Amino acid sequence: MVSNIVAQQTAVGASVDVNDVSHRFDLDGKTLPVLNRVSLRIEPGELVSLLGPSGCGKSTLLRMVAGLETPTVGTIQADGARITGPDPSRVVMFQDPTLYPWRTVKANVSLGLEARGLLRRQGHRVDEALRLVGLSQFATAYPHQLSGGMAQRVSLARALVNDPKLLLLDEPLGKLDSMTRITMQQELVSLWQRTGFTALLVTHDVEEALFMSNRVIVLSDRPAAIKADIPIDLPFPRHRGDPRLADLRRRILGLLGLDADW
Amino acid sequence: MKRVLPWIVPAGILLVWQALSQFGLLSGQVMPAPTAVAEAFWRVTRSGELWRDIEISTWRAFAGFAIGGGIGFALGMLNGLSRLSEKLTDSTLQMVRNIPHLALIPLVILWFGIGEEAKLFLVALGVFFPIYVNTLHGVRSVDRQLLEMGRAYGMSERAIFWRVVFPGALPSIFVGVRYGLGIMWLTLIVAETISASSGIGFMAMNAREFMMVDVVVVSILIYAALGKIADSVARLLERTCLAWNPVYAEV
Repeated sequence: MVSNIVAQQTAVGASVDVNDVSHRFDLDGKTLPVLNRVSLRIEPGELVSLLGPSGCGKSTLLRMVAGLETPTVGTIQADGARITGPDPSRVVMFQDPTLYPWRTVKANVSLGLEARGLLRRQGHRVDEALRLVGLSQFATAYPHQLSGGMAQRVSLARALVNDPKLLLLDEPLGKLDSMTRITMQQELVSLWQRTGFTALLVTHDVEEALFMSNRVIVLSDRPAAIKADIPIDLPFPRHRGDPRLADLRRRILGLLGLDADW
Repeated sequence: MKRVLPWIVPAGILLVWQALSQFGLLSGQVMPAPTAVAEAFWRVTRSGELWRDIEISTWRAFAGFAIGGGIGFALGMLNGLSRLSEKLTDSTLQMVRNIPHLALIPLVILWFGIGEEAKLFLVALGVFFPIYVNTLHGVRSVDRQLLEMGRAYGMSERAIFWRVVFPGALPSIFVGVRYGLGIMWLTLIVAETISASSGIGFMAMNAREFMMVDVVVVSILIYAALGKIADSVARLLERTCLAWNPVYAEV
């Protein structure tokens, strides 16, 4: 199922096991089920997309994998160990860059190393991460001086500096303009290929999922259950005009209940 | 030109004032001429009286500010971070807040007489609320996602407080500080005028007894200058500490 391009560099990625997870929110005394018996395995080094209708609970699932929320029922494991809280080896990139406005770009990227007391010895990794996202020249800028795409790149550098085993992407490109989005999709894929982390991408953009991932998991309406698990066995870099992607796109849109005639 | 602009109006007022006194339109018993005020200023400066009074007033102001501001900051942080603590104390504090603190002067004189404690107590009480309210508001308005991000990256609770909550609340705390500084001088002026045996307020009241209107005016101007200096220092601190914030950046 995992394409051999990925299999070559699985050294640093973590595996993820979602075991029969259900989740409910309590809202004003009412119970709102958001996840319904979701089971899923992500192999080390895979890039898996979660696609689903808006508000279906895909972000909740990602937050659980990050350790930011605990499932009501079921367990989630990373590399076989149960996830009970956040950990710097599993980092999240949100739709908003969530940079600290009072820190410079460099200080924002340093965050994880600083929190773990590693900054003094491994400070060079901050510069590396900034170079990786092409923002070396903006090290001393403040977040308010950056464009949306640049801010999101800083957020990516901040994640990468921790050498994550698992990168959790919660619609990270959702608010960017379409040109920046396409560039960053390519950048993310090439970074992922070079470094070999496992990645889970939550998105509502079918093209994005098809362009970037090894597998696309389609979720149903809330409470979300897995509707389909579709391997995308095509090499990277992919071409947006690829007829096989167009076929997959039609099939996925059909699963999401959308007419894909256009 | 831009530097001159703010001074045109005060200079004009001064000129008109001087002219009115000069031509006898303004009685010296009502309002002495600017030159007379300057003379009085020189007199009290030379006698050393002024410096002593400025020193004691400034000390009272900032000691009271430190006490009231410190408690306000601590309680604001505590209540911002802990719902339990807020539930326990906030409604009581809001009740006390609605009593004008200057209304307590008779009570304070009964408690402390006209000693230092009375002034410190009043200033501290006056400064407490703006700092408390704005600190609490600042903590509350820190972006949840930034807190979550800190936890996700493995920051300790202590680090989250000092590196996320505190800087996030700082703009709001500064609003409280500047507001508190205003209340600090106001309270001190009233307290010193009513009950004191030293300080600028005392100097003014003492001068009134001897009908020295010029010294009274000097005292008032000193208060204005001290207030302005304190505010400028606060603004400078604000600009330095909040340089990251485009709202405060120097234009």
